[in-house]
Amino acid sequence: MKVILQNLTMKFPSRDRKKHQDVVAVNDFSFEIPDGKLIGLLGPSGCGKSTTLNLISGLLKPTGGRIFFGEDDVTDLPPEHRGIGLVFQNYALYPHLTVRQNILFPLENLKGKDRLTKAQMQEKADAAARLVQIDALMDRRPGELSGGQQQRVAIARALVKMPRVLLLDEPLSNLDARLRLQTREEIRRIQRETGITTIFVTHDQEEAMSISDMIVVMKEGIVQQIGRPQEVYDNPRNLFVAKFLGTPPINVFEGQVREGKLYVGQEAVLDLALGKENLPKEVYVGVRPEGFLIREDGPFGCELSGVEVMGRDISVVSTHKASLNPAVRAIVSAESGPLAAGGQVRFSLKPGKVFLFRKDTEERIL
Amino acid sequence: MANRKSGGLKGWLYLLPAILFLGFFMVYPLIDVFIYSFEEGYNSASQTYFGTGMYNYEYVLHDPYFLQALQNTFLLVIITVPLSTGIALLISVGLNSIKPLRKLLQTIYFLPYVTNTLAVGLVFMILFKKTAYSEGLVNLMINWFGGSSVDFIDGPYWAKMFVLCFYTIWVVMPFKILILTSALASVNQDYYKAARVDGTSRLRIFLRITLPMISPMIFYLVITGFIGAFKAYSDAVALFGTDLNAAGMNTIVGYVYDMLYGDSGGYPSYASAAAILLFSIVLTITCVNLLVSGKKLRY
Repeated sequence: MKVILQNLTMKFPSRDRKKHQDVVAVNDFSFEIPDGKLIGLLGPSGCGKSTTLNLISGLLKPTGGRIFFGEDDVTDLPPEHRGIGLVFQNYALYPHLTVRQNILFPLENLKGKDRLTKAQMQEKADAAARLVQIDALMDRRPGELSGGQQQRVAIARALVKMPRVLLLDEPLSNLDARLRLQTREEIRRIQRETGITTIFVTHDQEEAMSISDMIVVMKEGIVQQIGRPQEVYDNPRNLFVAKFLGTPPINVFEGQVREGKLYVGQEAVLDLALGKENLPKEVYVGVRPEGFLIREDGPFGCELSGVEVMGRDISVVSTHKASLNPAVRAIVSAESGPLAAGGQVRFSLKPGKVFLFRKDTEERIL
Repeated sequence: MANRKSGGLKGWLYLLPAILFLGFFMVYPLIDVFIYSFEEGYNSASQTYFGTGMYNYEYVLHDPYFLQALQNTFLLVIITVPLSTGIALLISVGLNSIKPLRKLLQTIYFLPYVTNTLAVGLVFMILFKKTAYSEGLVNLMINWFGGSSVDFIDGPYWAKMFVLCFYTIWVVMPFKILILTSALASVNQDYYKAARVDGTSRLRIFLRITLPMISPMIFYLVITGFIGAFKAYSDAVALFGTDLNAAGMNTIVGYVYDMLYGDSGGYPSYASAAAILLFSIVLTITCVNLLVSGKKLRY
């Protein structure tokens, strides 16, 4: 089922009565989510991603815009008639019911011709449980399960009615780091097996990047960029997106453009491609950590402050006067040879990993 | 190890004041009452008695006043505990589902709790008591609807019982509403959202989610309600005066009190036997309650 958002807008009345200004949680969001894809809604907290999810689920009514599931306009439908499955951040499993009863719960609500027989319900619940691999835990209560198992039960409960769209609100945030890795693969697998269009919300860019078919980066209610994870990473539209994606984060410097060359501090660090004469003079320079190469005669010098060995790679930590981050982090291959502790380290830059941004709008220019 | 031991000693030391207090004022009297109840004709002034045995129990259990008190108490318990808990639940759910005026209504419902007993008694007089000037507000209303007046204070047994139950329910309600509204408010809203997404009907949400979630609190209210109703006495006095035996509205606690200090007073042995009987009734019922709920309230 494809999901179409048309100029979706959600305003909340301001708490502060003196300021007659609404809080815009979601601003003019238009996007067509293709059928059967896994979409990550990504952004810092307060960016409107959960609100967007609640709008799609129907728990909130938008103040403007429409929502379509396929051809159906569902904007005015209550949640139960939209055919969605929703997994809450804290799972919201009913603690007094067993796993089986929890999974059966949505089915037991069906009325009229949709009503299934007892045997059919059990069959569906078993199928959902098998899909998320919790069929051995059916008679336990949520309190007796680990966080990861609870998560699976919540997904099974959301899937048992075979929803048209599956919505996950911060599905991994309550799990520990190891389980998170496992569970996100699990979500990917379940989504692939069922082919249900799935939208999940996260503030963790790594999570979103690793399993999504597409990511939507949001900030303050406004969509910043939509695209395939790698695409967005390689071609950020603005400084916010560039900073938000990637660990370690992108290094940002104050820079100048003079005579087709990019200057950071006093040094000309990169020759810019020709035909970019109308570039503004003052720019922000973003360099991905993997965009550095250690060269003794490299054009870019930094004050070395430490080296972290991470096995395959090493992370070179240094400082630079023009850097906006407290430290400049470069990830270089371990074969780059030994580095002297202290003193200067010189880099050359990979052109494809260097981005230039306008200082005023923070839009990307190169 | 040594550290641990001294820690244990220290712990006991901290507990000592409470243990001494409870021992003197709870455990010792309880044992004492238990002993008196088996001592025939115990006299607290001369500290003498005629003999030991079950005589006191035999007497009390054949005393029509005690049987009357027993009946009254049981009726009171059976009527007021379920009714007050049920009504409190309805009101709490109502309060929980409205937004405007909630705070005001909550305050109003809580007022009886902070109102002086005498003032409450006065209100009930206005409502129910026949005086030289009026028949009481309730009778006025009955007359409006074409019924004939009932004397609620000195009239038939059922009328007096009705007033007593009404009064008890009214007095215990605020506390129950307070407990239940806070229990309802503490239920995570996500459960309701999840239920909504699944298209659960309101009744089913209430029965399958709300009720189980607040069941520990309901259970607490039922147990304390049972115990409280079994111990009822002052309510009856406030309504019917001190001579409850004559009014036929005595309770078990009232009977115990009368046996000690009332007109028929000066019988600590009978009073002790009646008190032990009450104790065993409350104990049994609480145990049954715990057993029943232990099976149902597990999550």
